Amino acid sequence: MANILPGSLRAASLSLALAAGFASAATAEEGEGVYFGAVTDPTVKQECSACHMAFSAGMLPASSWTAILGDLSNHFGEDASLDDKTTAAIRDWLTGNAAQPSRWMTNAADGGDTPMRITETTWWTRVHNGEVNPAAFDNPRVGSRANCAACHRGAEQGFFGEE
Amino acid sequence: MMHKRKLAVLAAIAALAGATAVMAGPRDDILAGYAAEAGVTAFDAAAGKALFTGTHTGGKPETPSCTTCHTGNLTGPGKTRAGKVIEPMAVSANPQRFTDPAKVEKWFGRNCRSVLGRECSAKEKGDVITWLSSL
Repeated sequence: MANILPGSLRAASLSLALAAGFASAATAEEGEGVYFGAVTDPTVKQECSACHMAFSAGMLPASSWTAILGDLSNHFGEDASLDDKTTAAIRDWLTGNAAQPSRWMTNAADGGDTPMRITETTWWTRVHNGEVNPAAFDNPRVGSRANCAACHRGAEQGFFGEE
Repeated sequence: MMHKRKLAVLAAIAALAGATAVMAGPRDDILAGYAAEAGVTAFDAAAGKALFTGTHTGGKPETPSCTTCHTGNLTGPGKTRAGKVIEPMAVSANPQRFTDPAKVEKWFGRNCRSVLGRECSAKEKGDVITWLSSL
C-alpha cells in the first residue's frame, strides 16, 4: 500500500511512523518528526492564519480542501467567508499542494475519502491517540486540537516534531 | 525671541496633534460612512456595548457572543477558538482598530453572521465602533 505524504520523515520517529503509515515518505535524517511543508502562498498564509494556524496543504487530500473552501460560511462553527476571487485562489493553491489520496489520509471514523477535519484523518488520530493525553487538548494554553503550535514549535514552518 | 525649549514644546504639541489627526481620520471616515448609510447623526455607545457584550441565539452555537473570542476585557487581548491571540478591540489599547474600511467590513460581516446569524446594520456597526473607541 502506498501511503504517500509530502515531505520528509526523520529517522528517530521511524518506528512510530512506519507503524502509522508514513513509510513511503521516509528519508533517513537525524531528528524526530514529519515535514508537511509550510504554507508559502502569501494569500493562503494571510487568510488562513487569521483565526488558526495556516495548516499545511499536505495534511488533507484535494477533495477535502475543495469541500472546505466550498462552505466557508459554515467553517467549523464560524463564518469565514471571503470574496469569490480570494476563495478560488486559496482553493487552487491548497488543492495543488494537497496530499495524495490514500487510506492513510482518509477519514478515520467512517472511512470516507473526504475528511473535513485534519483531526479526523487516519494519520492524525493514529499519531496522536495513545501518544497525547486527551486532557492536554483542554488545557487553556492549548484550547483546541487545531492549535498545533501549542505543542509543535515548528508547526508554522510545516515541521511537526515529537515534543 | 522665543526660547529654544518653548519652540521644542510647541513643535512636539504640533506633532502630536498631527499624529492624532492622522490616526483619527480613517476611523471618522468609516463612522461617517455608516452614519450616512443609517441616516443618523450620532451613534449610541451604550447600544454598541449591549450588542457586543450580549448573548445571542440567532447565530452559530459555538459563538453566542462577541465576547466568546474577544472576552469581556476589551483593552486586553482575546483568543480565537483555535487558540490564536486576537489583538485588543479597544481603540485606546490598539490604535489601529477601525482604520481600514475593508478590514472592518470583512470582520463585521463574518462575525455578525457567526454571532447573530445575520448582517449587522450600519447603525449597529457605528454603535459598536463608537463604544470601542470610548473605552
